[in-house]
Amino acid sequence: MSSREEILGRIRTALGERGPVSPVTRGYRTVDVRPAEVLLDVLVDRLEDYKATVVRCGPDEVAATVATALAAVQGDVVVAPGVPSAWRPEGSVEDDGRPAVDLAGYGATLTGVSAAVAETGTLVLDGSPLCGRRALSLLPDCLVCVVEAAQVVGSVPEGLAVLDPLAPLTMISGPSATSDIELQRVEGVHGPRALIVVLVA
Amino acid sequence: MKVALFATCLVDTLTPQVARATATLLQRLGHEVVVPPGQSCCGQMHVNTGYRREAVPIVANHVRAFAGALSSGVEAIVAPSGSCVASIHHQQAAVARRAGEHQLADDAAALAERTFELSQFLVDVLGVTDVGAYYPHRVTYHPTCHSLRLLRVGDRPLQLLRAVRGLDLVELPGADQCCGFGGTFAVKNADTSTAMLTDKMTDVLSTHAEVCTAGDASCLLHIGGGLSRLRSGTRTVHLAEILASTEEAVTPQQSTTPAVTA
Amino acid sequence: MTAVFLGIPTAPPGVGHLRGDRSFPDAAREALRDGQLRANLGHATSTIRAKRAAVVGELPDWAELREAGRAIKAATMARLDEHLIALEEQVTARGGTVHWARDAIEANAIVTRLVQATGADEVVKVKSMATQEIGLNEALEAAGITAHETDLAELIVQLGDDKPSHILVPAIHKNRAEIREIFLRTMPGADPDLTDDPRQLAMAARTHLRERFLRARVAISGANFAVAETGTLAVVESEGNGRMCLTLPDTLITVMGIEKVVPSWRDLEVYLQLLPRSSTGERMNPYTSLWAGVTPGDGPQEFHLVLLDNGRTAVLADEVGREALHCIRCSACLNVCPVYERTGGHAYGSVYPGPIGAILSPQLTGVEDNASLPYASSLCGACYDVCPVAIDIPSILVHLRAEHVEAQTRTTPEAVAFRALSKAMSSPRLWRLAQRAAGLGRFLARGKTTLPNALPPPVSTWTRTRDLPTPPAKTFTQQWAEEHRS
Repeated sequence: MSSREEILGRIRTALGERGPVSPVTRGYRTVDVRPAEVLLDVLVDRLEDYKATVVRCGPDEVAATVATALAAVQGDVVVAPGVPSAWRPEGSVEDDGRPAVDLAGYGATLTGVSAAVAETGTLVLDGSPLCGRRALSLLPDCLVCVVEAAQVVGSVPEGLAVLDPLAPLTMISGPSATSDIELQRVEGVHGPRALIVVLVA
Repeated sequence: MKVALFATCLVDTLTPQVARATATLLQRLGHEVVVPPGQSCCGQMHVNTGYRREAVPIVANHVRAFAGALSSGVEAIVAPSGSCVASIHHQQAAVARRAGEHQLADDAAALAERTFELSQFLVDVLGVTDVGAYYPHRVTYHPTCHSLRLLRVGDRPLQLLRAVRGLDLVELPGADQCCGFGGTFAVKNADTSTAMLTDKMTDVLSTHAEVCTAGDASCLLHIGGGLSRLRSGTRTVHLAEILASTEEAVTPQQSTTPAVTA
Repeated sequence: MTAVFLGIPTAPPGVGHLRGDRSFPDAAREALRDGQLRANLGHATSTIRAKRAAVVGELPDWAELREAGRAIKAATMARLDEHLIALEEQVTARGGTVHWARDAIEANAIVTRLVQATGADEVVKVKSMATQEIGLNEALEAAGITAHETDLAELIVQLGDDKPSHILVPAIHKNRAEIREIFLRTMPGADPDLTDDPRQLAMAARTHLRERFLRARVAISGANFAVAETGTLAVVESEGNGRMCLTLPDTLITVMGIEKVVPSWRDLEVYLQLLPRSSTGERMNPYTSLWAGVTPGDGPQEFHLVLLDNGRTAVLADEVGREALHCIRCSACLNVCPVYERTGGHAYGSVYPGPIGAILSPQLTGVEDNASLPYASSLCGACYDVCPVAIDIPSILVHLRAEHVEAQTRTTPEAVAFRALSKAMSSPRLWRLAQRAAGLGRFLARGKTTLPNALPPPVSTWTRTRDLPTPPAKTFTQQWAEEHRS
């Protein structure tokens, strides 16, 4: 008998005679009814609580805001291929599909997001041209994400509902961190040590 | 109200003054107290140590002892122990059912519905928080685990203690931490149990209370046994004994003897 | 119904890390004397308890999330075979390969073969309980393959030639000064000026691992969740070491216990709220990676999923104990456990320590192979209160104690005593005699209020550290009966 058949057989033996499956009651909140402006404030609060830098700007000021935010960053800025030209700071280069490990040579990355969850301060990147491949938002030491107000949802259930489960998804809540030493949180380990969020409203 | 008192095996055998205080208190509040003579144990120690089969006849004895009381007009069964009442509520019917004793399980479940821990009985059933007690001592309260997490007695004991005249109630740091008793845990894992006890005693002694009280005689036996070994001078007194105390029955001069002698 | 009766095998001995070499009380006795360990654990667990309580308190619907978390797991287990088949179909359809492993031995062999097929002689690893459980690193080493742990705490444990002592923070038993010492001693090229500042220590780990990430060709991970309907795998982490492993190498091998499957995508909305708040006390962990099979041009182009039984089906066979399979490995129960806080994780002898370990390890191995663990609890109930999927750990502990007692073929002195006591407590007449006999103990006290310390076992285990009051001459019921004789 194959391992597969054997394990499935063990499960059937273990479960014995099957009754109906008890229904799952989802009594928790699935929508956050707070007004959009409140959600933006909550998002900013959560991001800053986890040591991300948040800058707000209008739709026409993205490139300039990004450039200012990155003024102190050493090295070149690489952008995801689908990032609108109006967001790109001067001198930035587009991800040309080079081997992933070579992305480590850049100083900063600029991407969009596919959704943002206010309550947890979470940005979601989905591997689309706007967000770039996963290594792009991982290897350079500074990550800049542009979030448009319309992409912000209140709760985790609302966030998951707009995502594609088949896409390579990365949920990002603040810069990389560890609590492994005396359970004290330290920001900045293997992922980008700086996370800058440009909130466009 | 006619109330049947379940003394519990430990109180009955080792600290009878706790059961006496419970009876005295209920009588003082105007209730008739009966003590069914056939009672012994709820079966908790057997269940929790792994002897659930052997617990079944003990449960049967408990049901026999108290079923008669109910048919003779008793409206409630009260025990001065959160842990035993929790076992009656959460374990008795289950072990009987597992053993195939369905009638016993039903009977045990019916009895459980009428069985109350002392502080819950006073506050929820009788609706009193001031029982007219007098106890001129500095007291800290340990909310024992089963009262806290299985029975959810909440702040009922504290409500009762706050209404006691002369009593200086001091908050216990780390109150929700287990004292390390845990029934046979105290014997099977004596070292870990002692480590937990040491930390509990540290917290108790930090309050400079004369008395550490609780709703469970078993946990008090443990904490009190440790405090006594250290010759700390802080002693353990069951909540029932404090609530049973009055100006007539206790004075500061008599503070080292039980409020209500057994 | 038990696994033994049904012929379902438990996790095999001689491989992996589910069995200790000492009983819990013996191991605990030694750990309790380690003042540094006690101080480190006391500090760390009180820190995390406060953080968890704060972020759990933020959610008005925590109770509803917890109930949904429990119910989804119960519903999943009730149709586990169907969900695993669906998962296999979805992962395969998206370019992944699914392997089934009956036990640790088979899982180790599958992974070793897969690594060897790539020609690599080293792998990078994301922290995973399943691979710890099966002793994968040792198996790879025996095949000449070096496994680099990349989670900071796992790295500390690996460099220190130590054992993990916590599910979430395997190096919780070490403080910053001890970690600095390990790094200075074992990290080639470590900065001799390295201080014990946690940030500096984290940066040292970053430097140490950076080059290994960039050169790695094979990564091995566990999985927090696998969605049956979509074939999506999820790894929840903080440091970014997980993303490095899941993104950069050509080949990814994920070893996952069969109980980690959830039926639908929507189920993640529950667990992604329950898990981070319960484990690190954060609203959301910094990084969660989700992937389905292989994505051309993005991440590993070869993906293997190893589905591991290793005793899980034996747990499933126990109608009471199977709830242990609902565990999402948050470790909240460890952090609130008064026993764990004082003994640390090593005393449990298994990679799964604390309250959840005390019900999971004995079930995976068979109770007799971890017979002391179900007793390693005072049944205070703090673990049940914080469990995000409402596993009634105290009730399962009590159940496993009974399984152990009922498995004994020889009569122990304890059993003799408990049976005699049961007889006495079942008969009012015998009980009165027994109480009278206990009352005779008062003569040992020779008029003192407490009994002497030197009494025969098992009473001595009590009197070694606590006094025992002198029994009264008469029981309460006896006095009452005398007073109320009509």
